[in-house]
Amino acid sequence: MSTGAVEAAIRAANDDGRAALVVYLPAGYPDLATSRACLEAAAEAGADLLEVGFPYSDPLMDGPTIQAANQVALDAGLTPADDFAMCRDLTAAAGVPALVMTYYNLAWHYPGRGSGQPAPAPPEFPDGTEGLGRFAAAAVAAGLAGAILPDLPAEEGEPWTGVAAAAGLDTVFLAAPTSADVRLGAVADASTGFVYATSTLGVTGERQSLSALAAPLVARLRSLTTKPVCVGIGVTTGAHAAELAGFADGVIVGSAAVRAVTDGGPRALATLVGQLAEGCRAR
Amino acid sequence: MTAADTLQPDTAHYGRFGGRFVPEALIAALDELEAAFHDAMADPAFRTRLEDLRRDYGGRPTKLYHAVGLSAHAGGAPGSTRAARIFLKREDLAHTGSHKLCNVLGQGLLTERMGKRRVIAETGAGQHGVATATIAALLGLECVVYMGEEDCRRQRLNVVRMQLMGAEVVPVTSGTRTLKDAINEAMRDWVTNVDTTHYLIGSVVGPHPFPRLVRDFVKVIGEEVRAEMLEREGRLPDAVVACVGGGSNAMGLFHPFIGDAGVRLVGVEAGGEGLDTDRHSATLTGGSEGILHGARSFVLQDDFGQVRPTHSVSAGLDYPGVGPEHAWLADTGRAEYVAATDSEALEGFRLLCELEGIIPALEPSHAVLPALRLARDLGADGIVVLNLSGRGDKDVDEVARLLEMGTPR
Repeated sequence: MSTGAVEAAIRAANDDGRAALVVYLPAGYPDLATSRACLEAAAEAGADLLEVGFPYSDPLMDGPTIQAANQVALDAGLTPADDFAMCRDLTAAAGVPALVMTYYNLAWHYPGRGSGQPAPAPPEFPDGTEGLGRFAAAAVAAGLAGAILPDLPAEEGEPWTGVAAAAGLDTVFLAAPTSADVRLGAVADASTGFVYATSTLGVTGERQSLSALAAPLVARLRSLTTKPVCVGIGVTTGAHAAELAGFADGVIVGSAAVRAVTDGGPRALATLVGQLAEGCRAR
Repeated sequence: MTAADTLQPDTAHYGRFGGRFVPEALIAALDELEAAFHDAMADPAFRTRLEDLRRDYGGRPTKLYHAVGLSAHAGGAPGSTRAARIFLKREDLAHTGSHKLCNVLGQGLLTERMGKRRVIAETGAGQHGVATATIAALLGLECVVYMGEEDCRRQRLNVVRMQLMGAEVVPVTSGTRTLKDAINEAMRDWVTNVDTTHYLIGSVVGPHPFPRLVRDFVKVIGEEVRAEMLEREGRLPDAVVACVGGGSNAMGLFHPFIGDAGVRLVGVEAGGEGLDTDRHSATLTGGSEGILHGARSFVLQDDFGQVRPTHSVSAGLDYPGVGPEHAWLADTGRAEYVAATDSEALEGFRLLCELEGIIPALEPSHAVLPALRLARDLGADGIVVLNLSGRGDKDVDEVARLLEMGTPR
């Protein structure tokens, strides 16, 4: 069962008269310790939820900024086991829920070793999918509350969703402007924690202006679900956050946060997060 | 009822392989493509147009040639008839110089049918890129081809060919700068431009419906072999052999024979510098199950599921994944998969040049030595068909460079 922590954090922000702010950063960029410091700084500066990216060799949903940051971590030889170890420290200190965001193959394969910890014994899994069980167990052990797997559409959700739910982990699925209503319904049904509405067609990356596709997508989701809906992809400035706060339950920022880390580390990130949090109050 | 039952047709899987592991934004386009495909294949006018273009423009059916010199070589001496006869399916003689036109003709016509005016493609050796640029010129479509920076260098001839036909070639500098990363870039383009653009994928890989759709367009290769063998020999071959990167030429050859238990299906992967090194591209013989580029299949990856850099002398086989239907054929034992190293491929290349006067592409050169072994094992009465999936003009510079490296001065 879900711990409910992710949805509760979003509801609490909404009850406080603002949209929840979700900040994404990749683990291990520019190094493991700094990435943890940055995520903690984001939480202190007003993020309600953290998304920790686990770098993957083939991130086809990511644009150049996040690709480049991921590559730094991969080139340093960091593994998902190292990323979980960082998350354990992060979640103990940050005071807000955190989710892992990565690609499905890493969850599929998680070997449960390499971090000096013995692999949790997985229950029975079909077709060699026991890596999913080990990944979910490792996520829970690291204090993570959920997972976002952008290359896992709802119809491929099993067996992951069952494994995740049994472990007490939320799974957030993506909804897109191109999704038919029948799909949006299935995406919303399968999602726990929140539904991730992608604001536009395209990969992660900063944008000059927000897509006009976000509002109608959120409106369609509203008619199908009472679960929180957070909007991401292209959210870059406090003004963008303010625009989205008018109709979304939460606002997700990734590439802009990564660039702030590149430009000025935790302090620059805290400044950006402060501006975004201010925008989220414009409801 | 689960989401899978509601949203996905059951044709999306081959056993436990296949599926569609892609961002939600692409699912609508995959549904649209599948609907257009079924609609088109049920439309006699579409099929007639495809068949006319295959014949008059593409040069099909391609020839089935009894390679006397190669067969004799398998028997151990010039003129020997001790080994099986080896036939070459001459896809190298098709327009654009490889089997790739079968697929792009089909998908090009589908693109028109969907009302899209822009196609994008990935390419490794450049054969699929050239075929896509060709069909784009023919049909008046805008064309962008993603090609790894490293492959642009080693297959420069094909870069020029694509540019001559009006395609934009975008060198890919991310990741390992080869075919895998070209696919990633094409997927990113598609996610962004899906409303106006068709991703003309070049092999039996990717999310459903691509593996099935591409297979249905290339299976004409095996259908031609099957019909001609029955007509000329009154029997089916004992074995059909093809190289496997993503696996389109092999699937095109294999598929019509899957129900013929007496026909061995043999796929040859790129063994690079050897399966005991990590410099190879032999996914089925040296990889493990995983999910890459939208499908569950076999993948070359590390213990954590990070996809490994691959190596092959042939850019077209230098890929860490393989089509899900091949994974299924391997898993069920219906097809056999072996690997040939770079040096074995170069030896196969040399034999075809010297014994047959045919300069093959490096990709099917991998299948030559395994075909010779099969011919020896089968003996005089046997018949082996080797899919000569492309011609070697594009590889001449690279082969000259490699052979010179091995020559003491």
